[in-house]
Amino acid sequence: MQPRIILSSEKFTFTIERLCRQLIEVHGDFSDSIIIGVQPRGILLANRIHIRLAELLKREIKYGIIDPTFYRDDFRTSDKQLTPAITEIDFQIECKKIILIDDVLFSGRTIRAAMDALLDFGRPEKVELLVMVDRRFKRQLPIHPDYIGKSIDSISSEKVKVEWKEKEGFDRIWIIPKSEIE
Amino acid sequence: MSALSVKHLIGIKYLTIDDIELIFKTTDSFKEVINRPIKKVPTLRDTTVVNLFFENSTRTRISFELAEKRLSADIVNFSASSSSVSKGETLIDTVNNILAMKVDMVVMRHPSPGAPMFLARHINASIINAGDGTHEHPTQALLDAYSIREKLGTVKGKKVCIIGDIKHSRVALSNIYCLQKLGAEVMLVGPPTLMPTYIEALGVKVEYNLKKALEWCDVANVLRIQLERQDIKYFPSLREYALYFGINKSLLDSLKKEIVIMHPGPINRGVEISSDVADSEHSIILNQVENGVAVRMATLFLLSGRKE
Repeated sequence: MQPRIILSSEKFTFTIERLCRQLIEVHGDFSDSIIIGVQPRGILLANRIHIRLAELLKREIKYGIIDPTFYRDDFRTSDKQLTPAITEIDFQIECKKIILIDDVLFSGRTIRAAMDALLDFGRPEKVELLVMVDRRFKRQLPIHPDYIGKSIDSISSEKVKVEWKEKEGFDRIWIIPKSEIE
Repeated sequence: MSALSVKHLIGIKYLTIDDIELIFKTTDSFKEVINRPIKKVPTLRDTTVVNLFFENSTRTRISFELAEKRLSADIVNFSASSSSVSKGETLIDTVNNILAMKVDMVVMRHPSPGAPMFLARHINASIINAGDGTHEHPTQALLDAYSIREKLGTVKGKKVCIIGDIKHSRVALSNIYCLQKLGAEVMLVGPPTLMPTYIEALGVKVEYNLKKALEWCDVANVLRIQLERQDIKYFPSLREYALYFGINKSLLDSLKKEIVIMHPGPINRGVEISSDVADSEHSIILNQVENGVAVRMATLFLLSGRKE
């Protein structure tokens, strides 16, 4: 089977627009809400959403980055060495509503680690999860997204890759079969 | 590059440039961690580290201990003076007995140069050299270079002079290797009696006039006179040493530029450096201490998570 695009550049923009509108519907003017991108690839989506929300609301939105590496449960079992990335949370999260943003939700283990990392900065009022792609029925932990760009059914051996204009030159989402990964 | 090329941190000599860059990149993350309200991450909660100190230490030992605690590792502290070493036990027997109690990593300071290398050949656990005699002190060199990078943006192309007791200094040798690998120029300054013969073979400049050296450099790393390692008199008096090789404010004021002052500690105030310089805005001595914890967290993390 060949790699196939499951979200084209055109639809990609609409999806991000929809996610932003949904966020505004729930969080209003974002005076008590903060968006936090999960390293490494979640920050690309978080960045895009941060910029669009600021345009729509005509105000600055608090925005942070969190790296879950030190909290991961596969430090010993992963095939390759884990290397950390930068965390930037220069504000209080106590009693705030946090929206964690990642590109793909698969087993839920990265989000579990990100939540543990987040709670070391304080006790937020609420934590929500926004993802671009939800790989349904693949969860290994009881974690469910609140905002979903696209839900897909896939098999574990397949890989879902979200490409970004800033990184790969195109906004699009691929599903890549096992034979192509190897 | 996402993994260290070495299993042990014996010396900077055995690290690649990629290894050093990876340690620095990882240190950036740990620097952020140790400035959080909760300065601790659970990464090494399954790891037990033994701190084997066969020689006195305050700062390095506390720094390693804090680094290990902030990574949630379990710690066993050992000092030779209160152990069976004083009853005649060999180094390998001591370490193997400790490792039999399921210890995963060894941080060792030893008065004999080469002791960590010797141990690495005989045991399976990862070893971090916390100073072996007059040989190497790799984590000190890493934190020194990291502090220069933090202060000046880069190490590459910078001129660093190392001043003082070069002959007995493991910090000097590790710094030479580390700074040269990162592209800095190194000059050694001190009395001829404390300058190792043929040291120029390492590609360093040697200067005996402190003023000239300070005019040349961007960074001055000032070392302590190690009286405990000196079996004979290498200079007439500490007063005379301070006169010719001590850094004081009037000397710094006479330079045409500002330079960064570093010291690996412990400081002998009034000998190699005066108090007003050690406490001045040019000094990054306390930044070095802070960075020491983050650098040691990075080395523990990278060695512990290394895949065979």
